[in-house]
Amino acid sequence: MVPLFSAEGLSSLVFIFIVMTTVLGAVIATHSERLTRAVTGLAICFIGVAGIYYYLNSPFVALMEMLIYVGAVCVTIVFAVMLADPNPESEAGKGSIFAGPLSFALGILLFWGLSALAGKTAWVPPSARVNDGSLEEVGRSLLTNYSMAFELISIVLLLAIIGALVLARQGRTRTGGES
Amino acid sequence: MSIPAFGDSLIIYLIIAAMLFGIGFYGLVHRRTLIGMLIAGELILAGASINFMAFNRFLAPDPTVGQVFTLFIMGIAAAEAAIALSIIIAVYRNFRSIDAEDVAELKG
Repeated sequence: MVPLFSAEGLSSLVFIFIVMTTVLGAVIATHSERLTRAVTGLAICFIGVAGIYYYLNSPFVALMEMLIYVGAVCVTIVFAVMLADPNPESEAGKGSIFAGPLSFALGILLFWGLSALAGKTAWVPPSARVNDGSLEEVGRSLLTNYSMAFELISIVLLLAIIGALVLARQGRTRTGGES
Repeated sequence: MSIPAFGDSLIIYLIIAAMLFGIGFYGLVHRRTLIGMLIAGELILAGASINFMAFNRFLAPDPTVGQVFTLFIMGIAAAEAAIALSIIIAVYRNFRSIDAEDVAELKG
């Protein structure tokens, strides 16, 4: 326990706020009827996740989270919502048995099981750190230990761009104004 | 007045990650449009990333491994979102719907 009006206490308060932002955004992202609101909830949730990364001593990953997820992935999903123009989901009607309370129960069960597992395990802290985990060290390990994975992921991204272009273009050239 | 130092314990982060994973799984099963399922999948990936970062901060002898892994997860998630969204657009062109239950041409 730390006193509330000190640096640690206030940072703890901000941490609670960030966690609540994350969970609230996740609930909005899964529960809203309109997909545009769900994407907004996803962006809020990812801003909270970036704050959590900041509390985990890695501001670089927090920055990348904001840049890639909030800036790129959410905007891409908004574009897809605009192009596909979905109607708001009608909850009633043809739903499988999983769509109702069973999925909620499964989610609660997973959350409870993972939390209980995390609480019961005796985690062993490391005896020594080989570096301080700063941005310099991250860059050095990206270009030495993990350079193979680094090159592979650039190939994966290139193939994903080409594949997305091919997939999204196909119907347009073949059918033209089919409706 | 005093308050627990929440940001300094591993278990808090693991519980947050489990909560994101549970919410994402619930959304993945509960949603009926393909874009909603994609959003829920992103939540699941975020939960996994928080787990990696928490272990990186508290348990790993080399504290760059988790950050590198999280950066790779971000790259894979971006590629996955781009591919999935173009597939969704192609599905919408063919079926005029992105409801997962309408895309059932192979169903006898």
